[in-house]
Amino acid sequence: MIKKVFSKQDWVKVLEGLREDFKVFVPVKEGDLHNFRLLENDRKPSFDFQNSRLSPKSVIFPQSERMFEYSLEEGKEDAHVIKEAPKDFSPQVIAGIRPCDAFGFQLVRINFDNPQYQDPLWVQRMESTTFVGLGCNEPCASCFCTSVGSGPFGEKGLDAIMYDLGDCYLLRSITSKGESLLEKVKLGMEAEDATVRKALDLPKAAEKKIFSKVSTDKLKEKNVNELFNAPFWERVSFSCINCGTCTYLCPTCWCFDIQDEVSGKEGDRIRNWDACMFPLFTLHGSGHNPRDQKFQRVRQRFMHKLKYYVDKYGNGVACVGCGRCVQFCPVNIDIREVAGLMNNY
Amino acid sequence: MLEYTQRIRDIARKLLEKGAVDVFIGYKKGSVPMMNEPILIQDPTEVDLLHWDSHCGLNLCNYLTKRTDRIGIVANGCNSRNIVTHIIENQIKREQLYIVGIPCTGMIDHRAVKRAVANREILEVKEENSALTVIGKGFQETLNKKDFLQTNCSVCLHSNPVEYDEMVAEPVREQENLSPFKDVEAIEKKNPEEKQKFFTQLISSCIRCYACRNACPLCYCSTCFVDESRPQWVGKSIDPIDTMTFHILRAYHCAGRCTDCGACERVCPVGIPVRQFTKKLNKDAHELFGWEAGLGSDQRPPLDVYRVDDYNDFIK
Repeated sequence: MIKKVFSKQDWVKVLEGLREDFKVFVPVKEGDLHNFRLLENDRKPSFDFQNSRLSPKSVIFPQSERMFEYSLEEGKEDAHVIKEAPKDFSPQVIAGIRPCDAFGFQLVRINFDNPQYQDPLWVQRMESTTFVGLGCNEPCASCFCTSVGSGPFGEKGLDAIMYDLGDCYLLRSITSKGESLLEKVKLGMEAEDATVRKALDLPKAAEKKIFSKVSTDKLKEKNVNELFNAPFWERVSFSCINCGTCTYLCPTCWCFDIQDEVSGKEGDRIRNWDACMFPLFTLHGSGHNPRDQKFQRVRQRFMHKLKYYVDKYGNGVACVGCGRCVQFCPVNIDIREVAGLMNNY
Repeated sequence: MLEYTQRIRDIARKLLEKGAVDVFIGYKKGSVPMMNEPILIQDPTEVDLLHWDSHCGLNLCNYLTKRTDRIGIVANGCNSRNIVTHIIENQIKREQLYIVGIPCTGMIDHRAVKRAVANREILEVKEENSALTVIGKGFQETLNKKDFLQTNCSVCLHSNPVEYDEMVAEPVREQENLSPFKDVEAIEKKNPEEKQKFFTQLISSCIRCYACRNACPLCYCSTCFVDESRPQWVGKSIDPIDTMTFHILRAYHCAGRCTDCGACERVCPVGIPVRQFTKKLNKDAHELFGWEAGLGSDQRPPLDVYRVDDYNDFIK
């Protein structure tokens, strides 16, 4: 295990240096908010944030991705042949990812990488990515990571973790991937024991600051049909405007749609994020829509995260408690309250 | 505006108890600061959930579309204008509604408040008359509400409802001598390339979540053009041209109908000032047709009526 201390200025230099061997994704301040972006010459990382507005899931699972390309030009030898579009799976680092978001990738692995199916794009990007987490000294009021199997310094899904010690960062490797990344780094000093002890005290202090608690303990034993038919869904969903804010900001929402887009004779097959809040999501070719009512769509989102996932995988809920949907739902539908309704039904 | 809460509750209780309405639509205090949740009340014993403060910036008219029951609803100036527009466009009937009028003093721009405390996390915002007290970990600041109004509210000329059955309080004084279209005028001065650049930059962070469209009471089509698949008018990726197509067409569909309620801008999860699109069309509707949407149900909107004084020659 490597433990190194970097001054904050040196850490930025380290990230700049890593660009020689990696694509480096960092939180960048854009107006009032932060989002993860590729570190480029005119961009500066900014670690002065509670969490990024969007989870960095797009680094592994882009919102729109060209999967295949084809030509409809009859004269061409390869007309109508679907060929893989060029993609970049070169090594990359996500630096400053919050532990909840890193845990999110582990929760969605069961969808993209399981014995039955392996999504080659997701799997290759995960393999090429080193996750360097940034522990949360100041969790948000809407965070409830400790209720759902993670924590402000949770290490699941991380290769290395950063502890913010005020004037410096302590970097500690967790996996061999993290270790080899830190070995590459020239700057920084071996951490002294006192510094390490100081860092290791941070998680406890941070956990004490989390006052949002969500109960999920009884979800597994609930009868799925009874929850499905529970009377509260109409009420929960009344205010929903069926936008994609909750799903697109969510680190564990994994649904996508595949579309062909043709311009002239050249076509692309594109994978786009999709959202169960959109009526189009379940519209059948026949015109029938099994979820044409708003309450059915809202119910689906919560049942998927808090019941179907729980039952199917026995792996807890499909939520990491990042609190984004709580903070940014335009109409204040609060998953903490809905989880309570379901758990206590 | 805080004293309105009790009046709203009293009126809702009275209406529900005597069966004058089947449901009552208002706001419930939110679970996060500067956020309230639209709520539908059916049971008179639940009216104490109703709440009013300066964070009721969503447009409740959104929840009226094609309802068939009798509805009590709170409405400030812009919401009432959207209700009128809904009536004109046959989305609801006036006789189904009991409109509880709110003399509005404007809604708070939650982003501006966050900016004022350097985007530190806000745990609570208290409102008292014209003062907002913003409380976070290790800080407390008092702000003057009128400096933190949503930009649409700061140039609002119709604070009082235009249509109501009962007011919760005396009308407030309407703002005067404002130039509501200063920002549009600045954009109008740009050349086409600069305009293209301006709008491209404006929507560069758009994630196509459609919160702006869905928060808008004007967007009630059973299938929106972006969701059509036969034919598919617009691509679904985050290609900048498709995203721009969505925003511009959305705005055009609101031409002559938008009341500048600001709900679209308020809900954007990435903070895009989407009113920059609709405001130009509001300005055009005003200059070309002398029209402001939703001021009365006795007039047809300019884009669905023939008038001999139309500014276009070809129509005469």
